Amino acid sequence: MSQIRALIVDDSSVMRKIVERSLRQAGLDLSSVIEAGNGAEALGLLDSHQVDLILSDINMPVMDGLEFVRQIQTVEKLRGIPVVMITTEGSESNVVQALSLGAKGYIRKPFTPDQVKEHVLPVLGL
Amino acid sequence: MRMTTFSEGSLPSAVFDRPTWAPLLELSAREVFDIMLGTKLRVLGSPTNVKDGEFTALVGLAGSLCGVLSIRCTNQAARVMAGKMLDMPPDEVDSDSWDALGEIANMIAGNFKGKLSGVGNHCMLSVPTIIVGTDYESRSITGGNLIEVIFDFEQRPLWVTLELHE
Repeated sequence: MSQIRALIVDDSSVMRKIVERSLRQAGLDLSSVIEAGNGAEALGLLDSHQVDLILSDINMPVMDGLEFVRQIQTVEKLRGIPVVMITTEGSESNVVQALSLGAKGYIRKPFTPDQVKEHVLPVLGL
Repeated sequence: MRMTTFSEGSLPSAVFDRPTWAPLLELSAREVFDIMLGTKLRVLGSPTNVKDGEFTALVGLAGSLCGVLSIRCTNQAARVMAGKMLDMPPDEVDSDSWDALGEIANMIAGNFKGKLSGVGNHCMLSVPTIIVGTDYESRSITGGNLIEVIFDFEQRPLWVTLELHE
């Protein structure tokens, strides 16, 4: 499996660490992991970092995950990066909205490492 | 278990249903602790000292459900929770214990509303707020729509409370 550069966006530092651990438990070979506390911070990081995968919460201060996905789709060099939402906001309307905005997958908290594996590997073509 | 359902379309206003919702709240908390912490919660048979909890995490609900979900526990219990989530000794946990408690409250609230079919699409959650200390009073304006479950978490009490507006 090739090395993956991941961006994890969540206002909870604990959840960011759990997501990273779950990705490793899913068998991903992570060459780098960068973290952001909200969508605006994540967009700033993407100016200077290249990533292969983005995992993002929805409910965050400053810029939420839906707006973050919307912004990504407006930037040519970011548009192709697969985004998987990880959130407690698991309502059907949020799922539909996130996917229509360009997200490739959706994981609802609480989640198991197997669920992360099930939803993340396919969007990476693995 | 019976699900409370609401029709889609216009914004439904959920009707408080303690007999149905109390076990759903209990189940929601059990699932979060089981999946994210690997811990089986046990319901305490009788209330314990109500002052025995220095950490409180609050998550607001707005929309078809309107109110607050809170969880309360001791400092040490919060450290143990964070330690279990991060797979590290509780004594090495610092401010992560606040963050962990807020995230647990957030997941319980999200899990609970997800079990009320039709409500999830019409109910939003706030980001969590953490209160540290016991020297405060909470005055409910919810008209008495309150469900509280007291769990035993690793021999420490854990209060999970849902207060809803009429």
